[in-house]
Order: sequence, then C-alpha cells, then structure tokens
Amino acid sequence: MAIPSYATRGERIWHTVFLGICTLVFLFLVGPLLVIIPLSFNAEPYFTFSEEMLTLDPAGYSLRWYQDFFTSSEWLGAIKNSFIIGIASTLLATVLGTVAALGLSSRHMPARGAIMAMLISPMIVPLIISAAAMFFFFSKINLAQTYLGVILAHTALGIPFVVITVTATLSSFDTTLIRAAHSLGANPTRTFFKVVLPLVTPGVVSGALFAFITSFDEVVVVLFIAGPEQRTMPIQMWSGIREQISPTILAVATLLVLLSMLLLTTLELLRRRGERLRGVSPG
Amino acid sequence: MSHSSSEPLTTADGVPLKVSLRRAVRRSKLKALLLVSPLLAFLVIAFVMPIFDMLWRSVDNPEVSTHLSRTVEALKGWDGESLPEELAFAALVEDLREGQEERNLGLLSSRLNYEKSGMRSAISRTARRAADLEPPFRESLVEAHRAWGELDTWRLIQREARPYTPSYYLAAVDRQVSPEGEIVKVPAHLEIHVALFWRTFWMSAVITGLTLLLGYPIAYLLATLPLRRSNLLMILVLLPFWTSLLVRTTTWIAILQSQGVLNDMMVAIGMIADEARWQMIHNKVGTIVAMTHILLPFMILPLYSVMKTIPPSYMRAARSLGGKPLLSFRRVYFPLTIPGIAAGGILVFILAIGYYITPALVGGQSGRFITNYIAYHMQTSLNWGLAAAIASILLFVVIVFYLIFNRLIGVDKVKLG
Repeated sequence: MAIPSYATRGERIWHTVFLGICTLVFLFLVGPLLVIIPLSFNAEPYFTFSEEMLTLDPAGYSLRWYQDFFTSSEWLGAIKNSFIIGIASTLLATVLGTVAALGLSSRHMPARGAIMAMLISPMIVPLIISAAAMFFFFSKINLAQTYLGVILAHTALGIPFVVITVTATLSSFDTTLIRAAHSLGANPTRTFFKVVLPLVTPGVVSGALFAFITSFDEVVVVLFIAGPEQRTMPIQMWSGIREQISPTILAVATLLVLLSMLLLTTLELLRRRGERLRGVSPG
Repeated sequence: MSHSSSEPLTTADGVPLKVSLRRAVRRSKLKALLLVSPLLAFLVIAFVMPIFDMLWRSVDNPEVSTHLSRTVEALKGWDGESLPEELAFAALVEDLREGQEERNLGLLSSRLNYEKSGMRSAISRTARRAADLEPPFRESLVEAHRAWGELDTWRLIQREARPYTPSYYLAAVDRQVSPEGEIVKVPAHLEIHVALFWRTFWMSAVITGLTLLLGYPIAYLLATLPLRRSNLLMILVLLPFWTSLLVRTTTWIAILQSQGVLNDMMVAIGMIADEARWQMIHNKVGTIVAMTHILLPFMILPLYSVMKTIPPSYMRAARSLGGKPLLSFRRVYFPLTIPGIAAGGILVFILAIGYYITPALVGGQSGRFITNYIAYHMQTSLNWGLAAAIASILLFVVIVFYLIFNRLIGVDKVKLG
C-alpha cells in the first residue's frame, strides 16, 4: 500500500485519512475484546473502570472473579459438560466428515453439488430453526434432555466445517504422489498411512478444531434441547448475563478470549505446516 | 492396421476397453457414494428429519379430530346455517366426558382458543360438569357455557376437524379465519409478527450495509499491503471471528450500558451530564452496534479474497491512461470487487436475519428480531405450531438467499479462516 511517487498532494492527504479510517475500524474490531480484560480484574462488582483502576492503584485490582469462577461448582460443572459434549461431538463429526470428504473429492462422485449443499446446510440454517426442529423431533424419540441428544445435535452442526476444510485440503492434494508411492513399491495401506495421511492431517485437525469451537460456543440448541443436567458453559454465561450480571462473566470472557488466541495460533501453524508439506509456496 | 478401426479396442483379457472403463467408473462411483453414505444417513436422522418434522408440525392439525371424534362424526353433513341437532350435542358431551376422565383436553382447548378466544374456559368448565349433564343436552350444554349456543363455535369445530390447517401460517402473518370463513387481519393489539419480520429484514439490511462500509477499506488495506504485514493485521480480523459470540455480546453490554465504559468516559470528559447518560443498549442501537461488530469479519473475508485476485497493475493502467483517482476507482477497481460485495453481503444478511442470541441479550423491546418470537412461542406461549410456522417462513427466506449465494459463488468455495 505504498504511495506511488506520482501521487498528488490530495492523494497523499487522502491516503493518511484512509489509514486513519482503517485504524478506527481495527479499533472497533479488537477494542471491545481488549476492554474486558482489565475489567475482569476489577475489585468492585461493576462492569466499568473504578477510580482506583484508572489511577493504577493495586487496590482497585483483584482476582476475586477468577477465584469465584474456579471455586464455583456450577461453573466447573458447566465446563466439564462443555468438554464432554464438545469432545464427543468433535470426534463423531471428524470421523464422519473426513470419510465423506474422501468420497466427495473422488472424480466420479455422483450428484456432488446436491450432496454438498445438504452437508453444508446445518451451517446455513439459522440456529434457532435447527434448535426448534431438533427440539420437536428429539422429544419424540426421547433424545431431548440427554447427553446423547446434545452430542448428536452438535455433531450435525460441526459437520459442515469438517467437510469444508477436509475437501479443501484434498482438492489441493497431488494424486501423483499416490502413484509415485505405488511405483516405489508401497502397498495401498502403507501408501495411505505414510503418504496420504500425513498430508491430510493438518486439514483434518483444523476441521476438528472448527467443530470443537462450534460445539463449545453453541448456546441456542443447548438452550432448547438440553436439560439442567447438560448445562454447558455458554448456557451458564447466558443465564449469567440475563439474571445476575456479575463480573465473573468477564473473567470467563477473558479466559475464552485467551482460548481463541490459542486456537487461532494453532490453526495458523497447521495451515503453514500443511502448505509446507504439500509444497505450496507460503501465502 | 485396418483392424484398429473396425474392431473395438480390448484390454489384455479380451474385454472391450469401453466396457472395462465403464465398469471401473461405476466401481469408483459406488466407492465414493459408500464413503459419503454414513454421513448422509447421520444427517438425515439428526438434521433433515427434524426440519421436515417441523415443517409438518406447522400444518398438522390433530387436536379436534382426535379429541372430539364423535362430535366431528355427528357434524358430518351439518349445513352450518343453524345450531346442529341434539345428536351433535350428545356426542360433544360424550367426548368431553371421556377427555375429562383421561385428562387430555389441554391441547384441544389451547388449539381452539387460538382460533376463538374464550374456548379454553368453555371447554374446561363444560368438561368438569360433563358427567352430571342431563339430556336434552342442547339445553344443558348451553346452560353450562353459552359458547355452545353460538353458531361460530360449531362452525369452528367442523372447520378444524381437517387434518391440516393453514391457521398457524395465517397467525404468523397476523391473519386469522373469521367466523364467516374469510381470511381477515387479527385485532390491532395482536399484530406483531409482520412488523417483526420487516424489522428483522431492514435491521439486517442496515447491519449488512454497515459491515460493507467498515469492511471495504479494511479488506482493501489487507489486500494491498505486503503479505507479511497484512498477515499480522489479519489476526486483528480473525481474533474477534474466533472469539465466543457470548463474549463479544458481553463486551458490548459492558461498554454500552448506562453505567458502562462509554457513558462513564463521556461523563468524565464532560461531554454529557451524569443524569443524561445515553441509552445505547436494550434498544435498536445496541443490536445494530453489537451485530455489526460480530458480523464484520464475515464481510471482510470474502471481500479480501476477491480483492486479492485483482492485479495492482489495473489501477496503474487506469491512472496512466489519464483517469483521476476517483474515476479509476469507480470505473476499474470497484466493478471488479462486486462479486466480493455480493458474497459478503448475502452471507452477512443470511446470518443476521437468523440471529437470536445477540438481539435477545442487547436488543430490549425495540431491537428484537423475529427469531426472538420463535423462542417466545416455543418456551413461553407454548404455541409450537405457530413457532414452527414462523420458523418455516424464515427458513424459506434463508434458503432463497442461500440458493442465490450458491448460484453466484458456490458453497464449496467458502473459505474458513
């Protein structure tokens, strides 16, 4: 975005203004996330900066909301539920989605467009509609208010992400590598484990991460089909925001922001690894 | 060399090449289908069947025909001009007695109450006394509740004996069937859904416009900066994208509420008086600001991927041919970004009209979406048929936009992160 040497004065001014606008938008994007981090260390039960916080007085800061969080059986139970449901649905979605992606990337897949559209649909249909539909149907077959019901629902929601990422990885997969492996004397099993799998793994893992975060962050479906037994972390936050708004929520929010940073880094590393393995130039 | 043209090519074992090829293709087709089938089967059970069940529920009408089966039978052939014969009244008493014994009249009375107010109390009061009613039932029923003396009640029962009903869809667009059988508007104080549909659409359009306005410069900056620096800035776009929706909504509550960060700041610098804090949350402003923030990455990413493919030499060429900066942008760069605008715009719009969490938490009364009414009818009013009908209408709108999106861009080109 360097300014060309022939730029007029007006253009230079516009360029500066443009950069100013961009800075403001970036601030709008990230600012809110940065505001809540210091707020979560507030010693007072308020959602705003106290006098002491602004003057950087240590008395204005405390870890009480984090302590609240880590000693509350409700929150810990909710985290446990979130992990149980998240991990189970991720495993299911990843296995089903990866196997399906292998079929979808075959050259001879019939009706690919229609099947793909159907596999993606849980991502397109608004969550409230999926939630209502699953509530009606799962109550009929006695799956509402069970762990299995929530896991199946979250698997369905996570599947599109796995299918999209894995098919994308497979589409850039160089099939001559398989022939090369065969010609060098590897049998199909050996080829799959030694050649195909290492190349596809980064795609599968990032698909799994997408599926996990989808389940981990999902409120609406759980709100409708889960019972009190299956209370997850987002549900706990949701009722926290609606009923008794306490800065514990901000502590949880801060932890979740850190989690998403971790996730983002992992995904970026996976992407780079995948590209390096496939010999695609970084970009 | 003549035999190559007259005889078909064969493989080593003498099978014609064409046949052998076709067999191989068929085999790999079958293999591909086999790989996809477990997932398809799973999705049919866990997702497609629930959706169809919901569509079916939005027209399903079993209450009257099951709980008032004798009455419906007795009303067959009734002309609807004057009160039915004693036979129908006796059948009704029989039906209500049975329902009272089995205690399953709740659904029936709510169902009829949607159509004609007062029916809930008519049924429950009559059912409680049904065992003691003496013939002639016509007189004793009318005495038990005056609703049984009204022609409309009987017409209603006769009409709602049908297995399917359009009345949930009518209710979803604030219409009802009048006693005369015509489709009329519901009373003004009950008219909520149409206005909410429109509000959902226009607020989503505003949000889409705002994300475009804010996202376009960012996408342009990211697409034109050198890769190393744009990757760094990309993190600022992806971080909110990856952060929990609830967290992002919570931050806006902390910032915008009347005792929140922004109001405190404005009071501190003397911009507004302490008593005159701005109401920026639990209204339309709250919903629009929070949702613009949440959906902004969905606009930036498609725009960015389109802008990335536009060679910078185009703009240079336009300039060297004498185009002023604004003209070159308008005539050369902007038209090339339209596919990105379409992709981002449709994506954001589809996501926006289906949002439930954010409007529910920061929208208050005036910033609610139609989705909040689906939840309301599911959880509070317990009118599931109506919830299903509203959801089906919304689903239809989403599918139309999705098909347009698919036509323009193709789902398999969706990139994540």
